Amino acid sequence: MSHDTAHALEHPTSTGLDNRKLAIWTFIGSECLFFASLISTYLVYRPKVLQRGIGPFPHEAWTSPTGQHFEPILEIKLVTIGTALLLFSSLFVVIGLNGAQRGKRAQMLGGLGATILCGMFFVGMQVYEFTHFVREGLKLQTNMFGASFFTLTGFHGTHVTIGVIWLITIFILALRGQLPKEKALNLEMAALYWHFVDVVWIVIFPVVYLMK
Amino acid sequence: MADVSTAATATTTEHEHAHPGIGVYVKIGLILFALTALEVAVYSIASEPVGLGFGAMLHPVIVPILLVLSALKFALVAMYYMHLKQDSKLFSGVFIFPLIIAAVVIVALIVLFGYHHAFQQMIH
Repeated sequence: MSHDTAHALEHPTSTGLDNRKLAIWTFIGSECLFFASLISTYLVYRPKVLQRGIGPFPHEAWTSPTGQHFEPILEIKLVTIGTALLLFSSLFVVIGLNGAQRGKRAQMLGGLGATILCGMFFVGMQVYEFTHFVREGLKLQTNMFGASFFTLTGFHGTHVTIGVIWLITIFILALRGQLPKEKALNLEMAALYWHFVDVVWIVIFPVVYLMK
Repeated sequence: MADVSTAATATTTEHEHAHPGIGVYVKIGLILFALTALEVAVYSIASEPVGLGFGAMLHPVIVPILLVLSALKFALVAMYYMHLKQDSKLFSGVFIFPLIIAAVVIVALIVLFGYHHAFQQMIH
């Protein structure tokens, strides 16, 4: 018998599964479509950027009509570090969840704390990247790359920020002793959302930063 | 009531054994890290000036390679960290069905806009 059935025994449902977990999975399913629309918009508009000849460009150097020279704008090294930290944050949150399900408080708090720190670094990295781009002359209205890039990565960054706030809330509850083993599902839902944010970035990172 | 509570505790314990342990999570984490490093390495090699050795050879296949590596990472996180491998198949269905629609939407839009662009170039 599965964990889901165990929850069903506490709150009987027609599916035999916990409705809250089914709800978060349904939400994640709908989010797949949301990000698919943003990713496809980016992929459709990206080839048009070079044709229209208005930079800065993601992977190509550019000289403006006024003679100003721009290097390729994407900073692969910095974003690779952010990507690695986001991947490790998925590991940390699942270690925290493991601790919560087994009633190991220190493991739960350690895993959650590390996840929150990684998430904060990622958001900070994105804020730096956006600020740097604006200083370099790439804004939402500059060209198609700017419009689709800021929209796609901006929505992802917003999701990460919401995830960090959610995890901080659970961390505070856990610190107060209000997240016993029986309530581990509260953390499991946040963890599922966090993993989803991670898998979205797993797609965005090569599509935006590595494919020319 | 007590029976239900006992049953719930027993099944939760069974489930805990069904979920992978920390060792598996760490191994998956290291594989994910290695795959990301491989992605960046492929990008760096392919970014070498065209006409130089391995980079030039890799250049035409960089997109398929990156897509496969990305799909592998996606599947590992979904199966092991999101527990789709162990949890109810209904959760897998609720996630994978929209994922398939999402993939179809992406491919359809790229093809449609590609044709639109080619058609416009033909007219002008």
